[in-house]
Amino acid sequence: MIGSNLLRVASIATIATLAFGTTTANAQSLVINDEETMIIQAPAAAHLENLDEVFSGWNFRTVETQALQMDDFDNPGMIFVDQAMDQWNTVEGDAGESCASCHEGGTAEFAGLRPVLPRWDEEVGGIQSMEDYINKCRTERMQADAWKWSESKMTAMTALIGLESRGMPVNVVIDGPASEAWELGKEIYYTRVGQLDMSCANCHEDNYDTMIRADHLSQGQINGFPSYRLKNAKLNSIHNRFSGCMKNIRATPFKEGSDEFHALELYVASRGNGLSVEGASVRN
Amino acid sequence: MDFTRRDALILGAGAATVALLPVQAFASASDDAIAAFTGGAATSEGGIELTAPEIAENGNTVPVAVSAPGAVSVILLAAGNPNPDVCTFNFGPLSGSQSASTRIRLAGTQSVVAVAKMADGSFVQTSSVVKVTIGGCGG
Amino acid sequence: MASGVKPRVKVPKTASAGDIITIKTLISHKMESGQRKDSDGNKIPQSIINTFTCDFNGQNVINVELHGAISTNPYFQFEATVPESGDFTFTWNDDDGSVYTETKSIAVG
Repeated sequence: MIGSNLLRVASIATIATLAFGTTTANAQSLVINDEETMIIQAPAAAHLENLDEVFSGWNFRTVETQALQMDDFDNPGMIFVDQAMDQWNTVEGDAGESCASCHEGGTAEFAGLRPVLPRWDEEVGGIQSMEDYINKCRTERMQADAWKWSESKMTAMTALIGLESRGMPVNVVIDGPASEAWELGKEIYYTRVGQLDMSCANCHEDNYDTMIRADHLSQGQINGFPSYRLKNAKLNSIHNRFSGCMKNIRATPFKEGSDEFHALELYVASRGNGLSVEGASVRN
Repeated sequence: MDFTRRDALILGAGAATVALLPVQAFASASDDAIAAFTGGAATSEGGIELTAPEIAENGNTVPVAVSAPGAVSVILLAAGNPNPDVCTFNFGPLSGSQSASTRIRLAGTQSVVAVAKMADGSFVQTSSVVKVTIGGCGG
Repeated sequence: MASGVKPRVKVPKTASAGDIITIKTLISHKMESGQRKDSDGNKIPQSIINTFTCDFNGQNVINVELHGAISTNPYFQFEATVPESGDFTFTWNDDDGSVYTETKSIAVG
């Protein structure tokens, strides 16, 4: 079985002695611009049976990559936030509005939104991600075209809005009307798929902090999305990353914006409850 | 088998190095580039520092820095890239120090070479091997 | 003009005469290296920022010749000596002929 080829190290229980990183010792704290301290390690939420602590993906990267996220200028993802700011002020659509013309309080109006998304939306009758809310505004209120789920204007805008909540702990609701989707997401997370016959859990729960060839496996948390990946030098959305992961297992991925990915996004977000929203993170 | 994480990493990096084309295949291209920069003059060691990671998280974006106090210009070369030219820093009268940082692309594990032309016309050179690994899932 | 090309520059707002300051610059640019191939197997032609210059009050601080191995969204960090108040001008030249500029002022007290 392919899964057994993954190398195992010391048990997860020895959290205190866990040394992240490769050959050099990594920074132990993420402070952005010498001002904002991120929570990169937190006790696992009650619903997590197999984890005691949760760790931001930042912990698993090399020193050089970690350094890129500690300064908003050095962070290559922030240039897209600049572009989103320009977009925020641009009038688009038949209603003749820009984001700015309606949201008179600026992007600051969205402080506290990113940590609670995705969420059950009563009006829509389903789980809504940030991309859904942005497109709802664009199509219904601005009378402009919807953006594709992962096109650069969309990821940049999710970064701009997410930035207002940087530092705040992720806190998605998993019960009440959201519970059905949450249960679906959990099922997807633990179901083996694809030619390689692996589930999310096989890597990100059973084998995080080990090396898979030359990749240092993280817990697969999404508190840092949208992520600037060194690999493609741009911001990446959550659903796009899910899709990429599924393709790596040689499974047919669910569609971005699908019910399945909404459910998975809710479940995976809840695994990171307690970790800080990181705005535009930098990953490999 | 009882591998520690460290063993696995060294094994992985070693395998990746062996799997790649030998650096010698491209050495002449970077030697040519150095000769073009120095006009054929010999280079010596010392007086130039190159900072590059030992292992690059991703070959697409590798942060490097070079410092050569008193240099007029510094050339960066990637000896194992299809084209070894990376960039040339020319320091003007108002440069605060003859140092610069940037981010480069490396096609695979290789030597990154820095050559500085000093104010007195002499040349100094240094290099650093950067391991560029293939990711786990290819994703 | 390549689309979506946007410079970003970080310069301290004030300094004392003779100070050495750190400048960081970034420009969003794909930096098509000329090594990639399209779906038909043909090489996509190179299209990069080929030069970057920083001047202060007409005097040169640094000039960089770039090649395809500079990463997407070229980033440079370097130091400048600041003799007096004035303007830093930053210029990027694109293979396609476009020129992008940015200016930042600094007050020397």
